[in-house]
Amino acid sequence: MSETILEVKNLRTEFKREKSYVTAIHDVSFSLNKGEIVGLVGESGCGKSVTSMSIMRLLGDTSGKITNGEIRFKGRNLLDLSEREMQTIRGSRISMIFQDPMSSLNPPIRIEKQMIEAVRIHENCSKEQARKIAADMLHEVGIPDVENTLRSYPHQLSGGMCQRVMIAMAMACKPELLIADEPTTALDVTIQAQIMDLMKKIQKENGTTILLITHDLGVVAQMCSRVLVMYAGRIVEQADVHELFYNPKHPYTKGLIACVPKIGSDVRRLPSIPGSVPDLSVMPKGCKFAPRCQYASDRCLKGEPDLVLVDGRENHWIRCYLESKDQTM
Amino acid sequence: MDENLMSVQDLVKTFEVNKGFLAQKKYVHAVNHVSFDIKPGETFSLVGESGCGKSTTARLLNHLIRPDSGKILFEGKDIAALKEDEMRPLRSDIQMIFQDPYGSLDPRMKIQDLIAEPLLIHTNLSAGERLKKVQELLGLVGLSPEHGERYPHEFSGGQRQRVGIARALSVNPKMIIADEPVSALDVSIQAQVLNLMQDLQEKFHLTYLFISHDLSVVEMISDRIGVMYLGTIVETAPKKEIFAHPLHPYTKALLSAVPIADPEQHNERVALKGELPSPVNPPSGCLFHTRCPYCTKRCREERPQLTEVSPGHFCRCHLMESA
Repeated sequence: MSETILEVKNLRTEFKREKSYVTAIHDVSFSLNKGEIVGLVGESGCGKSVTSMSIMRLLGDTSGKITNGEIRFKGRNLLDLSEREMQTIRGSRISMIFQDPMSSLNPPIRIEKQMIEAVRIHENCSKEQARKIAADMLHEVGIPDVENTLRSYPHQLSGGMCQRVMIAMAMACKPELLIADEPTTALDVTIQAQIMDLMKKIQKENGTTILLITHDLGVVAQMCSRVLVMYAGRIVEQADVHELFYNPKHPYTKGLIACVPKIGSDVRRLPSIPGSVPDLSVMPKGCKFAPRCQYASDRCLKGEPDLVLVDGRENHWIRCYLESKDQTM
Repeated sequence: MDENLMSVQDLVKTFEVNKGFLAQKKYVHAVNHVSFDIKPGETFSLVGESGCGKSTTARLLNHLIRPDSGKILFEGKDIAALKEDEMRPLRSDIQMIFQDPYGSLDPRMKIQDLIAEPLLIHTNLSAGERLKKVQELLGLVGLSPEHGERYPHEFSGGQRQRVGIARALSVNPKMIIADEPVSALDVSIQAQVLNLMQDLQEKFHLTYLFISHDLSVVEMISDRIGVMYLGTIVETAPKKEIFAHPLHPYTKALLSAVPIADPEQHNERVALKGELPSPVNPPSGCLFHTRCPYCTKRCREERPQLTEVSPGHFCRCHLMESA
């Protein structure tokens, strides 16, 4: 067994809404091993981004609060750290890249200054050294004209270039864990392909662990070794990528895989999942997917299943009564 | 030749940039000599990456903006030359569905009033008749009559897009221009909306111009596909042909960049060099030559023409002409 970098246990995050609290993520547990790329997939509002914000402890400015659970980074519980201690981890040991590269950079400041600042917060070095690190990183992420890019303002760069700059900044301090929240969603497919190759290269060369948050099953299939599927704030299935695509167990995962149009399949009609994702404040009782599930029985409407191992499998977990018959209610 | 419902001939649209006193005038070549035909009852799709001019083309066809030159023949009549009030009667024949289901519905209007709005403009129906028609339309797009009493914010993205479709259908159009209708939706909802659009097409013999950046969505819904790059169409062909035998290097690159949702299958990537050139200063010769892996001297100097390589399959590439 390789070294565990991050272990999330029974995480629960709630958001305040006027007088009541709504649970955005509930009982989320998973672990990431050194050097692997793990995909976190789900549709909008399923809690993917709240999970990443919780790990980074970036919920401070929102009405969100972590009310239960542990987030262990190399054995240390991040929830016990003070804000100051957290700051030394954020950006240097755990980095994050976001969906919209254009708005993650400060528009009136040159790339050069932003990168030097980011490097110097975490590394004790001179401006010149920091600039050297920044230039090396830009070179590494495949930016052709490094000097020119350093002197540019964000609006002078294309979306793909901005995302490369963001990745360079995130990687500048050689973090052990990179959380990438929909890193290619705002980009065109040809640019997406380039960024995906770049992230794979980083993982291979530096042994960086990557948590890749996405809604795109194509990206997951091409990038990840393990997948977590989220629905309504819960992990409903967890398996190796091959197992998940060839032997999905949860009705939601099955539906999700079926409704992705595949090039060359020549179909006119796609299977779809009826209904839509439930609102956080009016969550159904029992299994959260039951109202959209064609196999739902009385039992599914009454009690909520736990995340348990699929019979006879080692690394395949599922939150469903149908596949785990011995579960008690 | 009246077998085409719409025939677009040599359409050009530029936008002025850098406006201002003393500033040198520059033009964005948004749509650069685009031609295609759409037959009644078919779905023709335009695909391409951001900035390739697909949305500008849609807005030109719907007479929301005027072309600099070129013709748009709708049932044989050139609508590009029409004045706004001459166009109005034709508007009920060409309807549009937009990308953003959140931004295209007035938040202060009830759903039933939103759907009835085109009826108010284009027909002489009484209030009661309009309401009856609205309820019929709600049923058609898979919503219930009670939904009519609600406001847009009470709807999910998929439901709003259904409302958008009901609105477009209300005046019995011949043609619907759908500009990225499912891009803002989750995959499970996307499939619902695409299936609905195909059901309605069969039922009412609609003609679609479908605009998307997503090749897998386009493959599912289209009969014929046009691939756009920097304001021009580089390849058009029937759906099967373009996916089985893509000819233009850009089409090949685009197809190979789509990640396959299967961990055991990997595309052989056709890598593209560099970045999309600015449409303010389009490259000389073939517009794609700056990024093309097979670029020759001729490509840098001479602009290729759209030529028919096999029946119905057109490609704008020097390499294909010689082959």
